[in-house]
Amino acid sequence: MSAAALPASDAENPTFYLVEEDDHHHGSGGGTMLGFWIYLMSDALIFATLFATYGVLSTSYAGGPAPRQIFELPLVAVNTALLLFSSITFGMGMIDMEAGRTRAVQLWLGVTALFGLGFLSIELYEFATLIHEGATPQTSAFLSAFFTLVGTHGLHVAVGLIWIAVMLVQVGQRGLSADNKRRLMCLGMFWHLLDVVWIGVFTFVYLLGVLR
Amino acid sequence: MMSDHLLKTIFGRLSFESFPIHEPILLVTFAMVVIGGVGVLAAVTKFRLWGWLWRDWFTTVDHKKIGIMYMILGIIMLLRGFADAMMMRLQQAMAFGGNEGYLNAHHYDQIFTAHGTIMIFFVAIPLVVGLVNYVMPLQIGARDVAFPFLNNFSFWLTVAGALLVMVSLFVGEFSRAGWLNYVPVANLQNSPDVGPDYYLWALQIAGLGTLLSGINMVTTIIKMRAPGMTMMKMPVFCWTALCSNVLVVAIFPILTAAFAMLMMDRYVGTNFFTNDLGGNPMMYWNLVWIWGHPEVYVLVLPVFGIFSEITSTFSGKPLFGYSSMVYATVVITILSFLVWLHHFFTMGSGASVNSFFGIATMVISIPTGAKIFNWLFTMYRGNIRFELPMMWVVAFMLTFTVGGMTGVLLAVPPADFVLHNSLFLVAHFHNVIIGGVVFGLFAGMTYWFPKAFGFRLDPFWGKVSFWGWVVGYWVAWTPIYIVGLMGTTRRVRHFDDPSLQLWFIIAGIGVLIIAVGIAAFLIQIAVSIRNREALRDTTGDPWEGRTLEWSTTSPPPAYNFAFSPVVRGLDAWYDMKDRGHRLPDGGWRPIHMPRNTGAGVILSGLAAVLGFAMVWYIWWLAAVSFVAILAVSIGHTFNYDRDYYIPADEVEKEERPRLVAAGAGA
Repeated sequence: MSAAALPASDAENPTFYLVEEDDHHHGSGGGTMLGFWIYLMSDALIFATLFATYGVLSTSYAGGPAPRQIFELPLVAVNTALLLFSSITFGMGMIDMEAGRTRAVQLWLGVTALFGLGFLSIELYEFATLIHEGATPQTSAFLSAFFTLVGTHGLHVAVGLIWIAVMLVQVGQRGLSADNKRRLMCLGMFWHLLDVVWIGVFTFVYLLGVLR
Repeated sequence: MMSDHLLKTIFGRLSFESFPIHEPILLVTFAMVVIGGVGVLAAVTKFRLWGWLWRDWFTTVDHKKIGIMYMILGIIMLLRGFADAMMMRLQQAMAFGGNEGYLNAHHYDQIFTAHGTIMIFFVAIPLVVGLVNYVMPLQIGARDVAFPFLNNFSFWLTVAGALLVMVSLFVGEFSRAGWLNYVPVANLQNSPDVGPDYYLWALQIAGLGTLLSGINMVTTIIKMRAPGMTMMKMPVFCWTALCSNVLVVAIFPILTAAFAMLMMDRYVGTNFFTNDLGGNPMMYWNLVWIWGHPEVYVLVLPVFGIFSEITSTFSGKPLFGYSSMVYATVVITILSFLVWLHHFFTMGSGASVNSFFGIATMVISIPTGAKIFNWLFTMYRGNIRFELPMMWVVAFMLTFTVGGMTGVLLAVPPADFVLHNSLFLVAHFHNVIIGGVVFGLFAGMTYWFPKAFGFRLDPFWGKVSFWGWVVGYWVAWTPIYIVGLMGTTRRVRHFDDPSLQLWFIIAGIGVLIIAVGIAAFLIQIAVSIRNREALRDTTGDPWEGRTLEWSTTSPPPAYNFAFSPVVRGLDAWYDMKDRGHRLPDGGWRPIHMPRNTGAGVILSGLAAVLGFAMVWYIWWLAAVSFVAILAVSIGHTFNYDRDYYIPADEVEKEERPRLVAAGAGA
């Protein structure tokens, strides 16, 4: 930590420079975690903006369908379960990472990816059904906001899946090196944030939508 | 018929008509750019500089070189933005009564849009980011920023955005919807052309760069300060850089999302900001101004930091009220989020909402006023050296205060209903941006130039530039305040009332005086390079500085500090000098450094291609460049060999001359 306690010194013989140890390690450890965390917060703000827009436009049906007519809660419930389970399986992978079990990490990453893939497939199926029924993003401002908000989340899940694939290759090549551990930690934060955002989507878009 | 279809597939909506060959002004500009560009490229080739440029500059991850490149970008774009300003001034000085001036409405609208967009996104932001990039790591005693590659990537993304704006000058056209690309003008229905698309892609790409840079700077300040430098021992410039970059991280995602929704409207046909099917254009205004108002502080806070450093150095005193300065900065950071609605009181949100935002706006003047008093009290009884940076400070305080007062006036909702969209408002924000941000940037460039290049800027031409800017500002904008107060509206290319013409002619003279200031600045750089031996700074501390950037050589070595300085209090370098510090002689250790990489240049180039392809509906090229971006980014993560060590004997070789000089001096 940079602002560590000063080396012992007195007024007559003060220390001007740190000559003992190297204080600067680039891109390792805490700096990356903090930086990635700040990035995630900025990403969360993109979602916040989309949520706010959805909030403003959520009743602008423009003669088109309302949420109650088009949302299928059972399907969304399955999807929510898939995504929540994927967070648990990722967490299991991180426990194995701490223990240094490479194979187990790869296995859990694979399971997580399968859950993510299932989530994305169901979402695409839902979108296809809606568009087929005539509830397209162009139909009304409500549907524009809905498709963009949920679609942006889906896009993040897709990016997460590509990232998992890359990490599977890199862990396969180099094992659980310090670099790879750091990357897995970042991927984990990213994946869990998608969960948090989804809980918001599930509550504010789907549940409150059918209540209205 | 078949070939027509084929052409559409290959070139999208790009055709011969897209090139403005019927516009003589653009043709002449294009010819000049081509001649100048070919000249530069030929010179670089002739002197075999490509390898040097690529290895030492384009691919560099050194925060100092990246900072310098940001400054060069900002100055080049300043010339473009200023050319737009002169064209507008000339048009408005001419176009009265029967005289239509020399610009048609279509062209004039593009010019005022491009002027605003360029001046904020590609002049002010690069110059501020460049100074922060160069100075902040040195001030906190760090060897680089937290993510050196990301820094290079951020810069090139900004360049890619600037490139797209420049391309729009000669291929197609730029947006006509104002500097924030306002709907409903920018809706597909009203602007089916490529203008708003150029705007959106350029700013999405450049905005990503700014956001990544913000994340980088915040992490650097929090994680990489020298031992002993607690938050309340940081130089004020670092505090303002921190707050400014926290704002960047907090607001650019909002802009990205707002632009993305407008893109959805224009490309997919959604109805976010349309006038029918439930769309809400004012939603766009709210979102861009939730970005836009804090953005003002992204620019001006670091500039306040520059003024603080300069005032303290040139008054030979510690800054008066350091902690109040820090608190004022933080308070401004927070309040800047609570005022966006004052940009459109006329939206009609009702008396209660308007009064809240009006009062919040006025409250911001309190911490800002505290800062002005802090600078004044720093100067009070100080041993003031009235050199060029200090002259900029005084000009700033006089000019900016007037801008602040007209701002408070505009914050009163009933007054704003009269002055909304008037030239009074335009004069107000030029008053604070020129009198605040631009003056501060010139002060900062003059102050830190010797640190970056090892010699001072020529003071004579600097003073010519100073007076050109200061006098030019007042001559150009006082008349605009006056006609604005009389009710003249903004974004108008032709006037009927001949009694106004005199004011616009005076304003035109003012902009010519500013042109003298800009020319003198360029001459100043050329003259200083020629006379660099006479202006040489051998000590690394030409101004009797107080903060750590002055404790290393000018220019600093790649690793900044051979040993991390240990910080005891504010004004760390002053404290070290005061206690009779000595440079360590011996005990050299190898220094861990990041390696250069070309990935940032390549990715940004691909991003520019993607943007261009999307603007012109060249779908195959968009797909190819998108896949290429993915492939290069993933490929880059497979490169684990990202750092190296500068061997101890090289460090010693670098440091030896300075030790010898210090020994000779003692």
